[in-house]
Amino acid sequence: MASLDDLKKRIASVKSTQKITKAMKMVAAAKLRRAQESAEKGRPYSEKINNIILNLSNGISDKENAPKLLSGTGNDKVHLCVVMTSDRGLCGGFNSNIIKKAKSYFSKILNEGKEIKIITVGSKGNDQLKRVFGEKIIENISFKESKNANYFDADKVGKMVIEKFESEEFDVCTIFYNQFKNVITQIPQSQQIIPLNNEKDQNISEESYEFEPDEDEILSNLLPKNISTQIFKAMLENSASEQGSRMSAMDNATRNAGEMVDKLTIEYNRSRQAAITKELIEIISGAESL
Amino acid sequence: MNEEFKVEIVNPEKSFLSKEDVTEVVIPAFEGEMGILKDHIPIISFLKPGIIKIFTKSTEEKFYVEDGIIEFKNNNLSILTSSIFNLRDLKKDKLKELLEKAEEDLNKDSNNDQFKYLVDQKIEVLKSIN
Repeated sequence: MASLDDLKKRIASVKSTQKITKAMKMVAAAKLRRAQESAEKGRPYSEKINNIILNLSNGISDKENAPKLLSGTGNDKVHLCVVMTSDRGLCGGFNSNIIKKAKSYFSKILNEGKEIKIITVGSKGNDQLKRVFGEKIIENISFKESKNANYFDADKVGKMVIEKFESEEFDVCTIFYNQFKNVITQIPQSQQIIPLNNEKDQNISEESYEFEPDEDEILSNLLPKNISTQIFKAMLENSASEQGSRMSAMDNATRNAGEMVDKLTIEYNRSRQAAITKELIEIISGAESL
Repeated sequence: MNEEFKVEIVNPEKSFLSKEDVTEVVIPAFEGEMGILKDHIPIISFLKPGIIKIFTKSTEEKFYVEDGIIEFKNNNLSILTSSIFNLRDLKKDKLKELLEKAEEDLNKDSNNDQFKYLVDQKIEVLKSIN
């Protein structure tokens, strides 16, 4: 059994760990509120832009000549995957969930005999993926300097994706991120952004628009923006999820540390008592033998 | 008769401005300035760098935009833009910074004509603010 001194030291160290995790939880909670707010504020923009595109793509006259960002290259060979993770650890299953989702997608694509290329956003994802898919990673971006998710960062990623698309480096682009549901639940998502998936066909208004200039031109102007917007949305969701995930992970850690302190304290008290009893027995038996 | 309609300006980060009592909006549409009044036909257009003017009965507000898309439908005008500044808050040094950046962009060789045209516009507008 460990000595009294050792136990005392361990209790002290667990307690100080508990203090750290508690502080991290508080910080995460404060950041979460802000991240959640900005995720909510960002929603109108991406919804509106989506709506306009839906309206436009419905009204487009000539499906054959539709911009490639909308209709795809016609091939389905090379898949680009943008895996968005965090730059910091200690946030529970946040990163591993995205990676797991991405990896299963990768192996599905590879089994179909297609090619993948990976862009990682955030250093944690890069760390986890480079072991297995290292040679597939073509680009690694991280925004460690910027405190909050901002549009200019998203735009940078978006522009890069579009550039690669225009030089025909890939046919299909999918982004991976965690959707924020609530503090305990974040759902890893994959979303195809090129070519655009029109799943919500049902809620298109019958309104006919006037276009200035014509549809095609607006659409080709709008689609690149939409890519950046979707990436930005993913970044916002991701940062809210990250903080939420960290908060619950740190909450658990604090609770576990508390339990550990309790257990160690009991053990400490017991061995202290045992030592006292042992001494008493020695004294008594010493006195009896006299 | 009620001549007012609703305007909403959103940028990616937040809803920038929302007004219910607007009587006229002048936007720098791609093919020239365009004034929008109540009951305009539904329209989608995009913006070039310029000044958005928003009139209510008693006030007038001006915003500088670099790009964006507008949608007008059911007397709802949505302006989506990634860079917008209220002229009132646009300080001299910020203005200078924007102007310098635009001039820098203009001097790059890699740009196509459309881009050059847009940057030209931007510089013109920025200078006119001064």
